Amino acid sequence: MSPLLEVRAATVAFGGGRAAAPKLALRDVSLTLPAEPSITAIVGESGSGKTTMTRLMLRLQDPTRGTVHYDGQDLKGLDRAAFLRYRREVQAVFQDPFGVYNPFYKIDRSLLLPLRRFGIAATRDEAYELARQSLEAVGLRPGDTLGRYPHQLSGGQRQRVMIARALSLRPRIIVADEPVSMVDASLRATILESLYRLKVERNVSLLYVTHDLTTAYQIADRIVVMFNGEIVEEGDPESVIHQPRHAYTRLLVSAVPPADPKVNWGLENGALAA
Amino acid sequence: MSDPVLEVVDLHVEFPTPTGPARAVDGVSFTLDRGMRMGLVGESGSGKSTTVLALMQLIKAPGRIAGGQVRLAGDDLLGMTPEAIRRARFSRIALVPQGAMNSLNPVLTVRAQIDDLLDAHGSAFSANERSRHVAALLKRVGLAETVADQYPHQLSGGMKQRVCIAISIALSPQVIIADEPTSALDVVVQKQVMQTLIHAQREVGAAIILVGHDMGLMAQFAHVVGVMYAGRLVEIAPVGRIFSDPRHPYTRMLIASLPNFSSRGVFRGIPGVAPSIVDPPPGCAFNPRCPRAENRCSREIPADDLVAAGHRVRCHFAREVADVAPA
Repeated sequence: MSPLLEVRAATVAFGGGRAAAPKLALRDVSLTLPAEPSITAIVGESGSGKTTMTRLMLRLQDPTRGTVHYDGQDLKGLDRAAFLRYRREVQAVFQDPFGVYNPFYKIDRSLLLPLRRFGIAATRDEAYELARQSLEAVGLRPGDTLGRYPHQLSGGQRQRVMIARALSLRPRIIVADEPVSMVDASLRATILESLYRLKVERNVSLLYVTHDLTTAYQIADRIVVMFNGEIVEEGDPESVIHQPRHAYTRLLVSAVPPADPKVNWGLENGALAA
Repeated sequence: MSDPVLEVVDLHVEFPTPTGPARAVDGVSFTLDRGMRMGLVGESGSGKSTTVLALMQLIKAPGRIAGGQVRLAGDDLLGMTPEAIRRARFSRIALVPQGAMNSLNPVLTVRAQIDDLLDAHGSAFSANERSRHVAALLKRVGLAETVADQYPHQLSGGMKQRVCIAISIALSPQVIIADEPTSALDVVVQKQVMQTLIHAQREVGAAIILVGHDMGLMAQFAHVVGVMYAGRLVEIAPVGRIFSDPRHPYTRMLIASLPNFSSRGVFRGIPGVAPSIVDPPPGCAFNPRCPRAENRCSREIPADDLVAAGHRVRCHFAREVADVAPA
């Protein structure tokens, strides 16, 4: 079986010209997501290339060099039918649950429109039924959610509606770029659990992009650490977190505050690096 | 032994709405001792930012401080004239605002922005002294003197945050309020900025209130932690007690929901959604989400219960020593 999604030797360059060398957001990076359901976490700081990686996988952008394959086929070579199938089966959940909704429409529209456009629901009633099922699958009560405007829902509820929207299209993978970083800490666990259960119960894979190592450890089968446009370490969560090999991974692990006041994290005696 | 620099007594902040006042801050009381670091946690809309903005008297109309007292080293802050408050800001109680990176003026150099503060407070420095003061301030937050002549867009997020910390300590205030100063920063930079904040706080001997929602960071930063829910301070205790013996079910669930590096595939979210402060549930506002709730919880608002020295809880069952939060 071909891998689900595969980035092969991709380089992404921005800018550059006669005077300046181009800025490389990705440097000859390869990443394979297996055909069987899995959760892969990409961690790294701002500018490490993790969001550029998701843009390639969602085909919001093509690599400067290298290729991206879905189900073994180069994304650039897909015919219209195959591309539509790819668009339906690879769904995105973005960081900002406040920015993704059009404030003039009820959230019903975000749920119903893709169901109709992808031909999954033939009628409005059928679309509503599927929307209700998806909302329940992510722990929302349809009666409290449908018929409302985005501003009437909390950030956590909105983000779960986005997951429900993605789920209703029967995807094979959800690409989630920092889905909980703008959500209250108390609600993060609930949203991550929704995503985790999609893999366990519905065989939906997840690419989870984050700068938070603890949630990556909590949810992922595999952690990929990116730094400066390259993958510097990857492996199963136990070994990446508990026996990190790369200095940058060790730095990331040490940047997580231990939730125990008895453990000394070194806030008091840290040197002031500029 | 206690030496309070800030005393907040029964503070109320209201915002009028068509269906009645929204009680954003509903009877919050606490004291902060000199040089101590306090953490104020709670979810969006719990009133933590509104509380600290009220201390600075930065609540915008139609919102208003509807009651209570705030004393800064014995002086009544709420009774001061607008001019007296203006002078107290930054010289006695300073703010590192939320999204501090965007609070810098993009068309002025760092030096000009520090000068602006010194001018507004009638600094008597000569040009030379001023220059030395700016350099010393930047050094205290781990920045090179050359940063003074740069513009905000030339600095990284972490550097801008350090500039904001430098501005907050420029007049050696007694209290610094930091409202989610690191929420927009990467984790590695977050730790450096927190180290800078502690270092700067110690140099000027200020007390700090850190507002945030990351209990892990509070465990490391704070001496005292206050937990807010729906406008009320539901629990406050020394940090060791908050983590070893939390008494409010909400506090317990907040701690239990934290991910860690020892268990995978385990999620302990807090079910339900935060209540509306315009129309809060009767009784204890947490009762619809609370695993311990009984009938009286939806009838009686729990009183403040002092369960140990410095440990106050607003829960009818605060004196039960329960195990950890249910999964």
